Amino acid sequence: MKYLAHVDVKLRPGIADPEGATIAKALPALGFDSVHAVHVGKRFTVELDANNLHEAQALAASLADRLLANTVIEESIIHVTEA
Amino acid sequence: MSATIGVIVYPGTNCEHDAALALESLGAKAELVFHDQTSLSGLDGLVIAGGFAHGDYLRPGAIARFSPVMGAIESFARSGGPVVGICNGFQVLCESGLLPGALQKNKGLRFLCQDAVLRVASTSSVLTSQATLGQELSVPINHFSGSYTCDMDTLRSLREQDRIVLRYVDNPNGSIDDIAGIANEAGNVVGLMPHPERAAFEILGSADGVVLLRSLIASAMATA
Repeated sequence: MKYLAHVDVKLRPGIADPEGATIAKALPALGFDSVHAVHVGKRFTVELDANNLHEAQALAASLADRLLANTVIEESIIHVTEA
Repeated sequence: MSATIGVIVYPGTNCEHDAALALESLGAKAELVFHDQTSLSGLDGLVIAGGFAHGDYLRPGAIARFSPVMGAIESFARSGGPVVGICNGFQVLCESGLLPGALQKNKGLRFLCQDAVLRVASTSSVLTSQATLGQELSVPINHFSGSYTCDMDTLRSLREQDRIVLRYVDNPNGSIDDIAGIANEAGNVVGLMPHPERAAFEILGSADGVVLLRSLIASAMATA
């Protein structure tokens, strides 16, 4: 079976996010006064083969932890769907 | 007899010749070691040189960590051999888990290319054994992701175990506790963001990096 794993990698709470802070500061200048904060992350879409959804999820979690996220400062949220 | 120091080169590394030249000017032999080599035999010390290994894709050091040479570097480090990661090399050491913590984007999001004054915070590492505690050294920095980050438990153990090797006098990048370089528990693996190999000749502005490179060469001689 073919699956799509969407892996969102974001900074752990408490880790400084200078990019997010810079964007958040720029938005009011464009009139977006109601913005409180911006958090910057990355989204990876991984196409993979697996026997079932459970296996695909385990595979995605493993590759996210081993490579896509630096777990010292980042965490990942994984969403797997059938391709 | 002189020490032979391997300078690790990944695709995208660009400081290997500076490092080799600086080490050779101090009497060591330097040998370039490409990322696909799996043997480090005959080497007494290692420098993981700066640059942009594998284009810094994903995160600096993230892909380099899976290079064939990494297994050999890990064994070399575990057996007590001196390993110094400079700039991108520091990022590789953190990504590979040989050093704790991570290097984040600089506070202020600017690529910093300037001289930095460092203060020697520990002399019990292979990079600082010949320096004096509190000694100030002017050494250039050249990085975008140089802000050292770690959790509070890690910071506490770095402090208690005397593993913070160099601090910035005027913190340029937002590093926690002004950290410019750290060591592992044994003191034989050191990572630092500043470039001592670019401060190795008075005619180029500073020779303050020499005491650091000499320390590494002395440690390598002891290993040889």
